[in-house]
Amino acid sequence: MIATLAGTQGLWFLSRGTGLVLLALFSVIVALGVAVANGSATRRWPRFSVVELHRTLSLFGIALLVLHVVTALLDPFVNIGWAATLVPFVSPYRTAAIAAGTLAVDLAGAVLVTSVLRHRLKFRTWRAVHWLAYAAWPLAFIHSLTAGNDLGIWWVGLIEWGCAALVGTAVLARVFGRSRSGRPPVKSPARRADEAMVR
Amino acid sequence: MSGNRFAGPAVPAVPAVRTGPRLLTGGFPGAPTSLHDHLARHNPLLTRLCRSSADALIEEVRLAGLTGRGGAAFPAARKLASVAAAGGRPVVVANGTEGEPASAKDKVLAATEPHLVLDGAVIAAAMVGARKAYIVVDPVVVATMEFAVAERVAARLDRVRLRVVPAADGFVAGEASAVVNWIERGVPAPRSTPPRLAERGLHGQPTLVNNIETLAQIALIARYGARWFRSAGTQAEPGTMLVTLTGAVRTEGVREIEIGRPVRDVLALAGGLSVPVSALLLGGYSGAWVRWPDVADLPFSAAGLAGVHAGPGAGLIAALPADRCPLVETAAIARYLAGESAGQCGPCLFGLGAISAELTSLAAGRPSSPDLIRRWLGQVDGRGACRHPDGAARMIRSALSVFAAEVSEHLGGWCTGPSSFPVLPFPYRRPA
Amino acid sequence: MMSRAARGAPGGRPPGLALLTVDPIACDGRGLCAEIAPELVTLDDWGYPIVPAQPVPPRWLTHAREAVRLCPKLALKLE
Repeated sequence: MIATLAGTQGLWFLSRGTGLVLLALFSVIVALGVAVANGSATRRWPRFSVVELHRTLSLFGIALLVLHVVTALLDPFVNIGWAATLVPFVSPYRTAAIAAGTLAVDLAGAVLVTSVLRHRLKFRTWRAVHWLAYAAWPLAFIHSLTAGNDLGIWWVGLIEWGCAALVGTAVLARVFGRSRSGRPPVKSPARRADEAMVR
Repeated sequence: MSGNRFAGPAVPAVPAVRTGPRLLTGGFPGAPTSLHDHLARHNPLLTRLCRSSADALIEEVRLAGLTGRGGAAFPAARKLASVAAAGGRPVVVANGTEGEPASAKDKVLAATEPHLVLDGAVIAAAMVGARKAYIVVDPVVVATMEFAVAERVAARLDRVRLRVVPAADGFVAGEASAVVNWIERGVPAPRSTPPRLAERGLHGQPTLVNNIETLAQIALIARYGARWFRSAGTQAEPGTMLVTLTGAVRTEGVREIEIGRPVRDVLALAGGLSVPVSALLLGGYSGAWVRWPDVADLPFSAAGLAGVHAGPGAGLIAALPADRCPLVETAAIARYLAGESAGQCGPCLFGLGAISAELTSLAAGRPSSPDLIRRWLGQVDGRGACRHPDGAARMIRSALSVFAAEVSEHLGGWCTGPSSFPVLPFPYRRPA
Repeated sequence: MMSRAARGAPGGRPPGLALLTVDPIACDGRGLCAEIAPELVTLDDWGYPIVPAQPVPPRWLTHAREAVRLCPKLALKLE
């Protein structure tokens, strides 16, 4: 089957396809992460569901990431080498571009491990590693721009721009959102008294 | 085991019952009792203890019935025993921070009898197996303490290493875990209680944090024994304590009293009341208010004051002149306490602020709701990492109930006090 | 003997019952716990959770565990 797929460039398409989907997914995950940190919620999407969605999509993203990496490595047209999965700058094919992806994978792996072990770590440790996700996204973005040849296709460019816009907005929302993580803005005593009465 | 294991040569005759001070025995601020005079008055204290001697000494403290003099009145022997049993490399912290603005007893004790405090720290260290003790005192008395430590080092008196640390500013800075954080990280903020300091405190080691007055009392018990200690005070609350008398008294200051003396007699030590007084604030700024007629003849002890929902606390007695408005004072203290929140826990940070704002409106005769205050008091009590919101809630609750008449007057829009400026003291915060 | 008593054994709760506690310093008042387990957690006037002082009844144990798992600041504990 692999031979058949290889013959029709299937693996290469699969790898690039999953890569694009991954970029979009990663961008959504980052945006959701910001929503969690800012405590955003709607009536249909209470905070705990935002958190769960962020986590579920992240786990799905990891699965998709595995598929993306494996299809790229199995593809006979490009020589990347298994070591390049985790070690940057060892791929003979487009060394720098693949390295960006490798570094993104490394960081994502650290985020994954610490998140799974969340309840056994100190909160500060978990948070410090989690913030590495803000470094992983640009690396993934650079990788998506440089590791493939598809920028000529119009809708690929659209996806790239869209993802960049989404993450850019999310980062701004995070910076200018809550001044202290999750703390509600201080209400004046009169306002609090009113709300207390209503409650 | 022979009888004189604690004090070296012959134990002096037990001081006559009900006589003279035990802690404040002659030093003056600016002229603290020197090491030489200290050792002349009390014999040297044997501080090299084997494990069984240390345990026996802890038992002596338990028999003496000493409770903490920092305000919480926790049994001293129990704390010593938990740190002693915790293993690791224990450390002692002598807490003389005294964040309570109107209280001065720790500063006076450190300034006049530093060696008694240091004896206590050293013997407590021997009891728990510690090699190092941090002496945290107000910056005003740091020089005196350091000089006293130097005297002892020159005399090669102690095996325990003593380090004097200037205390941090602020009301919550005196809380035990806040002191530990201050020494460890330079931030005087309390910690959440699991794990307790006796198990994991300073640098992760079992830590004994005791008020310096408690340590001084321990130093006396170690020399003279439990029976001597119990010869003063009451059966349930033995010993003496230091109190700070302030407000409408003729001579404000720190006095040493036997626990259980009537409040009137205690005030007489300060020359009595200077003007007619309507109420007293007992214990501290997070203590409780009582009407003067209700409390005048009550014993100054936890048991004696329980009936009026008050307690000796950290030994503060503040007398409020009858012509001043108690709600104005309460609101001012509430604002102060709200500002002193470490800001780590939401209910304390936001709750005390809301309560003090509403209380200020009440005190100023503006529209306000005591029911809202009571609702919020219920929401802050017990919901912080330390007892700061609890203490503020206790003080304010006592004000609302004791001064119910004034509350009605204020709701009606009028106040019997002369002005809206409070008379009780607040500290000038040293710039950070 | 004295040491064990001094250390303070945990309050004699029958085994199998769990107490939901919140670390007030870690808690940021995000409110997920109140969303997940409204029958256990109510919010005070500033958005911070009030947890029951009694052990969690067995029928709400699942909700309590979910709340502990999802707290963004790891402030909740079930012990």
